[in-house]
Amino acid sequence: MQPSLPSKAQATLREVLPRLVLSPSLFLILLFVYGFIIYTGYLSLTDSRMLPSYELDGFGNYTKLWGQRNWLIALQNLAIFGILYIAICSVLGLVLAILLDQKIRGEGILRPIYLYPMALSFIVTGTAWKWFLDPGLGLENTMHLWGWESFTFNWIKDRNMAIYTVVIAAVWQSSGFVMAMFLAGLRGIDSEILKAAQMDGASRWSLYTRIVIPQLRPVFLSAFVVLAHLAIKAYDLVIALTNGGPGRATELPATFMYSYTFTRNQMGVGASSAVIMLAMIASIIVPYLYSELRERR
Amino acid sequence: MSRSTQPSFGIEKLLRAALYSVLILFAVYYLLPLFVMLVNSVKTLDEIRGGNMMSLPEVFTFEPWLVAWSKAQIGVEPTGLSPYFINSIMMVVPAVTISTALGALNGYVLTKWRFPGDKIIFGLMLFACFIPFQIVLIPMARVLGIIGMAGTTSGLVLVHVVYGLGFTTLFFRNYYAAFPDELIKAAKMDGAGFWRTFTRILLPSSGPIIVVTVIWQFTNIWNDFLFGASFADFDSMPMTVALNNLVSSSTGVKEYNVHFAGAVLAALPTLVVYVVSGRYFVRGLMAGAVKG
Amino acid sequence: MSFLQIDKVCKSFGTIKVLRDISLDVEEGGFLVLVGPSGCGKSTLLNTIAGLEKLTTGEIRIDGNVIDDLPPSERNIAMVFQSYALYPNMNVGQNIAFGLEMRGMPKDERDVKVRDVAKTLQIEHLLDRKPGQLSGGQRQRVAMGRALVRNPQLFLFDEPLSNLDAKLRVDMRTEIKRMHQTLGTTIVYVTHDQIEAMTLGTRIAVLKDGIVQQYGTPAEIYNDPSNLFVADFMGSPAMNLIPAVVRGNAVEMARTGENPLVLDFKQLPGDVAAYEGRNIIVGIRPEAITDADNRALVRDGQQAVTASCLIDVVEPAGADIFAITSLGGKEVVTRLHQDWSGQANQHAELVFNLEKVVFFDPESGIRLR
Repeated sequence: MQPSLPSKAQATLREVLPRLVLSPSLFLILLFVYGFIIYTGYLSLTDSRMLPSYELDGFGNYTKLWGQRNWLIALQNLAIFGILYIAICSVLGLVLAILLDQKIRGEGILRPIYLYPMALSFIVTGTAWKWFLDPGLGLENTMHLWGWESFTFNWIKDRNMAIYTVVIAAVWQSSGFVMAMFLAGLRGIDSEILKAAQMDGASRWSLYTRIVIPQLRPVFLSAFVVLAHLAIKAYDLVIALTNGGPGRATELPATFMYSYTFTRNQMGVGASSAVIMLAMIASIIVPYLYSELRERR
Repeated sequence: MSRSTQPSFGIEKLLRAALYSVLILFAVYYLLPLFVMLVNSVKTLDEIRGGNMMSLPEVFTFEPWLVAWSKAQIGVEPTGLSPYFINSIMMVVPAVTISTALGALNGYVLTKWRFPGDKIIFGLMLFACFIPFQIVLIPMARVLGIIGMAGTTSGLVLVHVVYGLGFTTLFFRNYYAAFPDELIKAAKMDGAGFWRTFTRILLPSSGPIIVVTVIWQFTNIWNDFLFGASFADFDSMPMTVALNNLVSSSTGVKEYNVHFAGAVLAALPTLVVYVVSGRYFVRGLMAGAVKG
Repeated sequence: MSFLQIDKVCKSFGTIKVLRDISLDVEEGGFLVLVGPSGCGKSTLLNTIAGLEKLTTGEIRIDGNVIDDLPPSERNIAMVFQSYALYPNMNVGQNIAFGLEMRGMPKDERDVKVRDVAKTLQIEHLLDRKPGQLSGGQRQRVAMGRALVRNPQLFLFDEPLSNLDAKLRVDMRTEIKRMHQTLGTTIVYVTHDQIEAMTLGTRIAVLKDGIVQQYGTPAEIYNDPSNLFVADFMGSPAMNLIPAVVRGNAVEMARTGENPLVLDFKQLPGDVAAYEGRNIIVGIRPEAITDADNRALVRDGQQAVTASCLIDVVEPAGADIFAITSLGGKEVVTRLHQDWSGQANQHAELVFNLEKVVFFDPESGIRLR
């Protein structure tokens, strides 16, 4: 029985329809993500300034970039910010999760309170904290009014300390989310294992340090990846909180890239800084995604 | 970890009290900035300058909210934030709708109509979730200019759809991966094709993941600053950019109460979504964090 | 001509050959059971009949028509899945009607058909429920209803009973058999459970590694296995497969601390003669070794040998007693009368029904006839 022609065409259509449906998205991603990455990568090798130029200039921009004091400050700030942000968020998130896991009455109220900052825009967070940390209006002023005259907290105006205010605001925004991740991890631990450990005579301390926390390793990994990725991308918060200042004291790679590309007319340098940022994120994300996709086989 | 195993009841009670104190202290820490914003958004400027940011207003005034909404100087005109709020809505609604719809279709194809190479395609889409957007800013500005969408809301919609696709696809893929393949086979045997299987069998069961995706996309796009600041002009500026302009404008007197009212206005839609459906919000965060 | 013809079907996933040159014929109204261990290819074969997977080479014909290029919905085949695959968002009535709806049948006609089927399966009272509110047995019925309502020319069942508890499984087995008897439709049924295969099938195909090991009636498969795999796989407790040495017209099975047990035949099958003085495998089903009082199991005129054997373990199973002895270094299960009164670690007289003994080559596992 030979299938008629139209039914053969129908069969072909049936065959390719799923791929056809996927193709617009794939096209968008290929062009707007991977095409653009290549484009920016190419620009980083050209002498582009205010407008893109296609004259190849070798690695001149990269040499220029690593000679820029601002870039080195940005990287140093990213290191300080990234390490503190990830460490404090993880510790705080874990502690909060463990405390909340003690059959707390009112958990249903506390949990959303810890987590709500994650729903806010970094711009809003930055606006709130900028004011809260302002010595003349915020915390310092309040302490003075409450009678603690010697209290000073002017980090946000201090070149050496300003980057730590970014950490404070960012931790405020993200730690609740890390708490939620750890809490989900804690709730996912087999309760029979905990019972067995109790039968073995484990104290509450050793129950956590020996049994529970080691089992949360995947959560630590996920939290690390998410936080590291947020840290490298951090832009809005700095803009709203300090606008990179005082001076360039809170410059981060993201703000560096933006100002060099769009306000300082150094597009080539900006592009090369973007490439470095991509490389940093890729070095964390790619191995992680690879192992995650592998495991699911 | 039951309490009954503890020997000393008194110490146990003390510990519980300490535990609750710590937890409540942290709640205060998380709530304080919001409290300060709200309280000071209904004070007069004089009271803010002279008074304590923690104290409740002596004179309650709604004026800063009105100014922030309709009078504050943001662009050239003293329009308040209202036009930018509308801009954000005009941007968010289509961007969320389109990216969610495409994500659902992609997830459906990638799990139920698998073909050679689908894993690679998914990997490409997944990695796109994590790129630093700085890497696309320059070419995006060029392309928006070329296709005549520079500085327009539709241009921003396009940008948000493209860079939201990875996440929406991820959400739906993971959700549909857990959807039994036998149901798809049964639908095939029953005579349902590609579309009818999707609309009649999968979509009606996709409520939770649609909510998760919509909330995720809504929050992300509403809260975006970088794309708005890079690609919008004065007429299409979204709320976050307008707020930042308002707050950081160096001209004139700093009207802190208006700034706070504006900040709360900018935060309001996502906060409302969070309060109404926090459960789905958290699920989205988790799904975005735990991949694969 | 056979109703369903599976003709030299091969299926590969990449370099892995899942089905190798499978040919099976089923007459109209037949009940074909595909049985084998997991990974043997039985479900893949079912999926190729359904059209859910394309075959690599070969042909499948229904009623003489090649169906290879038809999509599943145009093959007039219905399928009952292992997980039942009921659409969670639709109620029972909508689930059953879905296939009719997809074929464009008007609603009032659909309703009548759904009612009829629901009546037959006694699930009328469930029509408005969602699958999530049903018990396992009820879901099973709905899944069958969905298949029945289309009145297809062929039914496929993919391990439909494996998610049910033991008692319900037996009930549903009977029900499927009854349905087959009343409707007379052709059925292809996949299972890994050899009891299901024996009780349901008119024909059984035993598969392993994508190859049909044996194709025949349940009695042929059971009594006349064509190789060691089939002998071992079909039957519970499994057939005893005992290493033995051929001596003339007798086989000797070694015993520890005793003289070998000798089974003296009038005439060994022709193939066995070539193994004089060498090892073969002797296959004896448990019920072919019984106690002296249970000789009724051996029909008049059948050859039998009585021998005294040391019983290691006694396992009463209600209707029977299974006693385990040791022959040729293997545990040998024997099936004794429930009133048998012997004990472990004592000798007992056992009767071996020589008519039921089969022989295999120890290397290739091929049956010696």
